[in-house]
Amino acid sequence: MSATGIGASVRRKEDFRFITGKGHYTDDINRPGQAYAYFVRSPHAHAKINRIDKAEAERAPGVVAIFTGEDIAADKIGGLICGWMIHSKDGSPMKAGPHPALAQGKVRYVGDHVAVVIAETYAQAREAGEQVNVDYDVLPAVVDTGSARSVGGEPVHEVAPDNTVFEWHLGNKPETEAAFARAAHVTKLDIVNNRLIPNAMEPRAAVGDYDDGADSFTLYTTSQNPHVARLVLSAFNGIAPENKLRVIAPDVGGGFGSKIFIYAEETVCVWAAKKVNRPVKWNSDRTEAFLSDAHGRDHVTHAELATDANGMMIGLRVHTTANLGAYLSTFSSSVPTYLYAPLLSGQYNIPAIYCEVDAVYTNTAPVDAYRGAGRPEATFVIERIVEVAARELGFDPAEFRRRNFVTSYPHQTPVIMCYDAGNYGASMDKALELIDYKGFPARKAEAQRRGRLRGIGFSAYIEACGIAPSAAVGSLGAGVGLWESAEVRVNPVGTVEVLTGSHSHGQGHETTFAQLVSERLGIPIDNVTIVHGDTDKVQMGMGTYGSRSGAVGMSAIVKALDKVEAKAKKVAGYVLEASPDDIEFKDGKFTVKGTDKEIDFASVALQAYVAHKFNGQDLEPGLKEGAFYDPTNFTFPAGVHICECEIDPDTGVTRIENWVAVDDFGIVINPMIVEGQVHGGIAQGVGQALLEGTVYNEDGQLLTASYMDYCMPRAYDFPSLKVETTETRCPSNPLGIKGCGEAGAIAAPPAVINAITDALGHENIAMPATPLKVWRAVQEVQPRMAAE
Amino acid sequence: MYAFTYQRPTSLDDAMAMLGDGDAKLLAGGHTLLPTMKQRLAAPSALIDLGALRDQLSGVTEEAGGVTIGAMTRHGEVAEDPIVKRVIPALAAMASVVGDPAVRSRGTMGGSVANNDPAADYPAACLALGATIRTTKRQIAAADYFTGLFETALEAGEIITAIHFPKPEKAGYEKFRNPASRYAMVGVFVAKTAEGVRVTVTGAGANGVFRAQDFEQALAANFSADAIKAVKMSPDGLNSDIHADAVYRAHLIGVMARRALDKANI
Amino acid sequence: MGSGETMLVAMTVNGKAVSRDVDPRTLLVQFLRDNLRLTGTHVGCDTSQCGACVVHIDGNAVKSCTILAVACESSAVTTIEGLAAGGTLHPMQEAFREHHGLQCGFCTPGMIMTAVDMVNRRGPDLDEHTIREDLEGNICRCTGYHNIVKAVAAGAQAMGETAFKQAAE
Repeated sequence: MSATGIGASVRRKEDFRFITGKGHYTDDINRPGQAYAYFVRSPHAHAKINRIDKAEAERAPGVVAIFTGEDIAADKIGGLICGWMIHSKDGSPMKAGPHPALAQGKVRYVGDHVAVVIAETYAQAREAGEQVNVDYDVLPAVVDTGSARSVGGEPVHEVAPDNTVFEWHLGNKPETEAAFARAAHVTKLDIVNNRLIPNAMEPRAAVGDYDDGADSFTLYTTSQNPHVARLVLSAFNGIAPENKLRVIAPDVGGGFGSKIFIYAEETVCVWAAKKVNRPVKWNSDRTEAFLSDAHGRDHVTHAELATDANGMMIGLRVHTTANLGAYLSTFSSSVPTYLYAPLLSGQYNIPAIYCEVDAVYTNTAPVDAYRGAGRPEATFVIERIVEVAARELGFDPAEFRRRNFVTSYPHQTPVIMCYDAGNYGASMDKALELIDYKGFPARKAEAQRRGRLRGIGFSAYIEACGIAPSAAVGSLGAGVGLWESAEVRVNPVGTVEVLTGSHSHGQGHETTFAQLVSERLGIPIDNVTIVHGDTDKVQMGMGTYGSRSGAVGMSAIVKALDKVEAKAKKVAGYVLEASPDDIEFKDGKFTVKGTDKEIDFASVALQAYVAHKFNGQDLEPGLKEGAFYDPTNFTFPAGVHICECEIDPDTGVTRIENWVAVDDFGIVINPMIVEGQVHGGIAQGVGQALLEGTVYNEDGQLLTASYMDYCMPRAYDFPSLKVETTETRCPSNPLGIKGCGEAGAIAAPPAVINAITDALGHENIAMPATPLKVWRAVQEVQPRMAAE
Repeated sequence: MYAFTYQRPTSLDDAMAMLGDGDAKLLAGGHTLLPTMKQRLAAPSALIDLGALRDQLSGVTEEAGGVTIGAMTRHGEVAEDPIVKRVIPALAAMASVVGDPAVRSRGTMGGSVANNDPAADYPAACLALGATIRTTKRQIAAADYFTGLFETALEAGEIITAIHFPKPEKAGYEKFRNPASRYAMVGVFVAKTAEGVRVTVTGAGANGVFRAQDFEQALAANFSADAIKAVKMSPDGLNSDIHADAVYRAHLIGVMARRALDKANI
Repeated sequence: MGSGETMLVAMTVNGKAVSRDVDPRTLLVQFLRDNLRLTGTHVGCDTSQCGACVVHIDGNAVKSCTILAVACESSAVTTIEGLAAGGTLHPMQEAFREHHGLQCGFCTPGMIMTAVDMVNRRGPDLDEHTIREDLEGNICRCTGYHNIVKAVAAGAQAMGETAFKQAAE
């Protein structure tokens, strides 16, 4: 391993600009003559719009223009789309209601976009916005996930009279019923997977720019996938053809899924830039972000696990109601379906699984992918019910898991997925050792002497990453293929630019991708620059989400590097007067087999461009190759996280005392960065489990719309985390990578709740397990514990 | 923010004169007022910035056995002040947990007390220690000063200049933070003073800071956590919100009171 | 002066004297970002909690989203752009890079400014508990804080050594 190659903890190339305040985030971009947009948002969760009176606002100081849904409709700007078609059990397509970028006739959640005010300054736009008078007929709001289908009254969308988007299922029902019929024991569990608000620290922002000389648009936006944004804005919203629309996602301050989607605000900014013939800038404040960023999770689930007399799992059935909010966001329909149910087998050999998912509309913010997207929900179901089953059956929770682990590969589950490689027992062994499982009873007893309740909780998670084989997702309803692109441009001096369709918003691609190229070409890492996030530079790409950039994005780079090497060998062959077949390439040098004739990579690059030594008829000048890589399977990162916590029964406060994570991510490019991804994922998972709860009141008002009420994880909420890895190579891509970005967020919630319920003595507790909830649970269990 | 005029007086007399105009407000550290204005929940016509009077209005002096703290003294300064730490360590400890370090290096004691946020820490300390709020016009006993949510006995044009805290025999403060905002969800200041035992509660009362008199009576003879173990706080008149209902707050008041007593008795 | 009028404010920012006519509503963070184009200081919330906007005024860390620019008259302000002296990274900046204390980078300027202030207030020997407590006013969504805590501890030590060297010279 070289100091900057695969496997080295190379310090990040991108950090210099961030630690010196020289990053360029969207809100740092200012265009000459720009005006500012303020969105007038609905104060009601559900209402008919009778009339929008903008006359007074139009006279306010500094106002340039005010647009409403009528203007959007008049310009035939298409509504926001959902790019994944789900069919119900009966074969009918999901019921997609209209989603105009500015409301037309009706508003469906608090924060829904009603009008945009464009003014000389942001303050003027906002002040004028308060003078836009909207006459509403307020309707009863549909808010609660569990009762959305039966609440009656006016539905959120006409197309879905009972607020049901689809009734979907996966698995084999008769086989599952048969398994339950012969079960020795059935464990039942009701679960709410709480709604989360993503809260990337950089709020969303957009600058729309229009060049009337060239009739072309540029959109600077906080996006995880600028090419997908361009595709949607061109093909579906009708802003401009793709050759007339450039989308730039510069430095992006975190995404976690929330910046995958194509939102109303950037659509309106780029459209309005032509209307007012000026750049139009919008920057979300935090409360707007709470109201209008797509939220995550929000499931209500009943699950049952059947086991035989030997404690082997024989069947799992799950019914979930998934709240998709007021509109179908870009990938919302895929999250509680194909990103969820196929992971319900967990790390276990469960021969029969059947899952039903009813998706509902409510008068709340749209719900879409948030770090983990469907897989945390599945992991929470399986890892909670497995824990409860182990306790009911009298098994040690680690032992119960181990006896049911999948141990041979490939393993076809009953729910689509074919696990290609893994060693779940190895991760469990290492995790037990790191947490000192044997010493836990002593630690628990010691805590008890201090008046604290100590618990330990496991989570043996699996996820499907490296999203995704295009044909496979196409057959499941995806509107796009999920390949990735790369282009390797070698300059005449031997420096290299790599253009990737992946997008880095914290993941460190500028470093890890460069490590791959540096090692492969034998050139210094400083000679490699990674270019991403600009549709005028990178031709096409699918972006970064679903822990896909290593497994898919880097595989595309490998393919392009293969082509570069092949061509470079031909160039070297001419120069060294040998057949390309006799050329070997190693450590940055081309040599003729069996001779001491050699030429280094930079010299070959130069020769490729000066092109004096070869006949251009046989070999084109230049050294630049592109590739598209379409994965052959998902990848299956898996691991074991163990949480040890202590509860203060007097206050209900839960403190995490120990955390061990042992993850199998396949081949690791940069251990430092991978560990950082795991830390961050754990923090978000712990946030979900302990701190973060989204609360709408019955009128659909968001009560947790700022950091005053939405509890973000802070530094003292965590102990020092022990993060280690095991390694089974992923056989499905050339680098053997599985992906690491979402693991922590997927693994953590059940580990925390299993630890709390262990501490409390086997009570179910809803997330987030706030001090209030834990204290109430303590009140219930303490008399019982005292009696025991 | 709505528009306002900004003034920066260089004397207290000027400041008082400026305060007379319309609905002007004083700006000290600004750490309660500016967030409120940013949310457009407050729209003063003028801000009178006391920044130029900081030298005059800040600092700690030992007086009559207690401490007198200038109104513009910042939370962080109170927390680190050697006199406060020596004479009333509980007060320094309380100041050290107001907000976060950046808030403590800007927010002022006088601003906090003038604003009387029901989740602020200082009101509990003032009431428990029997502080005297000194203004440009008079001296007000803490017991007469805090009159309700964001309400005080301050009159128009009156400016807090300093607060005098008598030295207690023993004192302690403990708070349970709102998990999200980190303001006090329940904060309890206990003090054994020449006037008797005071137990004051912030963050929990529907009407702002208040005295927990059942606790005070129980502690009169025995100033220790054990003495209030059996005393139950009534949830009547306590706040309920998504983070804590009144029953839980009532329970937490007892827990925080006992922990504050343990600190006081170290 | 009536509503909506501007007023002149003068201060020192990163060692340079600056003065601008501003609306009195202008927050210090807006003054830095919009008037001076020092965009390293970020805005991550509206309620003074996230700490992305932390800068130093007269040597103390403060939240620049909760201070009026006009109230900084005659003050000395240091932002993340002013931390590296003469092109040499500040030890705390180095420590954040060395220990992977940042991912998306958005909270990082505020974190670093808070960390430097922490060392200024408490000295170079910071234990983990103290660091975690003192980061109360800074929210990061990427790192889980683990590497930030390591970076602050290491940066503090390096600051101590730098100060020691300077004292010795």
